[in-house]
Amino acid sequence: MIRFLGVSKTYPNGVVGLRDVSFHIPKGQFVFLTGHSGAGKSSILSLIIGEQKPTQGEVRVSTFPIGKLASKDVPRLRRKLGIVFQDFRLLEDRTIEENVAFALEVTGARREAIPGRVMRVLTQVGLASKAKVYPKELSGGEQQRVAIARALVNDPPILIADEPTGNLDERATRGIFQLLQQINAGGCVVVMATHNLALVRGSGYRVIELKAGHVVFDGGQETAEVAPK
Amino acid sequence: MRMSSPWREALRTFRRAPLLSALSVASIGFSLFTVGLFGLVALNFRASLRSLAERVEVVAFVLRGTPTEAITAASQDIQAFPEVLEVRYVSEEQALARAREELVEFKEAYRDLETNPLPASLEVQLRPAFRDAVSAQRVAERIRTFGFVDDVRYGRDWVERLDRLRNMAAVVGLVIGLAFAVVAIVIIGVTIRITVLQRAGEIAIMRLVGATNRFIRGPFLLEGALKGVLGGGLAIGMCWATFAVFRNTTGTMGSTLVFFEPQHLALMMVFGTGIGLLGSLLSVGRHLRHV
Repeated sequence: MIRFLGVSKTYPNGVVGLRDVSFHIPKGQFVFLTGHSGAGKSSILSLIIGEQKPTQGEVRVSTFPIGKLASKDVPRLRRKLGIVFQDFRLLEDRTIEENVAFALEVTGARREAIPGRVMRVLTQVGLASKAKVYPKELSGGEQQRVAIARALVNDPPILIADEPTGNLDERATRGIFQLLQQINAGGCVVVMATHNLALVRGSGYRVIELKAGHVVFDGGQETAEVAPK
Repeated sequence: MRMSSPWREALRTFRRAPLLSALSVASIGFSLFTVGLFGLVALNFRASLRSLAERVEVVAFVLRGTPTEAITAASQDIQAFPEVLEVRYVSEEQALARAREELVEFKEAYRDLETNPLPASLEVQLRPAFRDAVSAQRVAERIRTFGFVDDVRYGRDWVERLDRLRNMAAVVGLVIGLAFAVVAIVIIGVTIRITVLQRAGEIAIMRLVGATNRFIRGPFLLEGALKGVLGGGLAIGMCWATFAVFRNTTGTMGSTLVFFEPQHLALMMVFGTGIGLLGSLLSVGRHLRHV
């Protein structure tokens, strides 16, 4: 699903984001990306979502070679990905269902199919009863659930979550993590960047730890083809 | 659940940021208003020049005793010149009557005359496109070749001065008009850019969920066009109000002033819409290249 082969990334200002990074994330796996700020987590995520191109090496996401991806093909890549951020990135002037529907509308989904698909994912994240409310009326954890619902509504095979629990309290963090586990159990690859070591420890999932752009630990790589249950 | 469409997205901006939208429309309106005002001045100036140009005519004085048949035949020949609109024959008697009427101070002098000193003439009016010094001279030269023509006049100095004035007005009009139009385009571009920046977050989300640039541009282009149409309408309204006030306060001079023809108004609306579209296209395009 996601393959990095000898990938280095140097930014135009000379900052080195990644140095000779290689890993493979197969279908159905849950992977934590950990490391201090500036370790390279964001560089990996921005390469996966096609925001950046590698300076060296090869990045392949699903069937898309990121290094050779034309800008007109980026939307096609993004439709294969669900993306969730720490700051939720919801549209404040739209209701929850409109926020989720938005992701379908921009991809040209059939109009009549949209309400059903929106309700299905809102039910999945436990917010069906709040479809008509606006983001600011929700708690942080609920807003992140909306962001996850939006990421899932196109049925992507890969979910990218960049510090999705960074702004949440302990209880909400657990709730979001459980939700991501459920999504992964449905066969979706989940790549979650996090600082929260408590969450990582004892989860049994694969952990890729980065330091100064290098992969310094890749737990479970030997059994990478099998998703932990 | 209400579904979005480019139209609804475009209208949403007006609902969500009414003040900014009103400011955008106002700035487009005022920019086009300055262009429109200049256009009105240019239009009226051109109309004045046109009425002056109508007086450009070539007068051929006929030798005394020329048979009427020869003059009639020549009139028909001259009428066939491509530059000529109309040929009028003024007999000696008509010339005298006109002189008595127009030159009041000589009325008595003309009354006591035993013989009429004024010659008959052919007054040749030129077509609008040929009311310039070069054409008038060309026609005069050709008329001079008729044997019965004593002299030909067309007020050479005056026509040349009119030509210079017309050329100067065209150049000055073009330069100032272009300058106004460029300023209008810049102001409108900046206004739309502010709208784009205000919605940068939304654009970023659209891109994250896989929207194509074309999809993102759609509502902005509609919004720009809509603001252009509203701004154009506002500009026309302001131009009309200014025109009405000016006409009503300048007495008889005001009554000769002209307002835009419907096709000018349509052009102004098309210009407003075009600028709105272009401003949006450039602003969104630039933004999309940088995010």
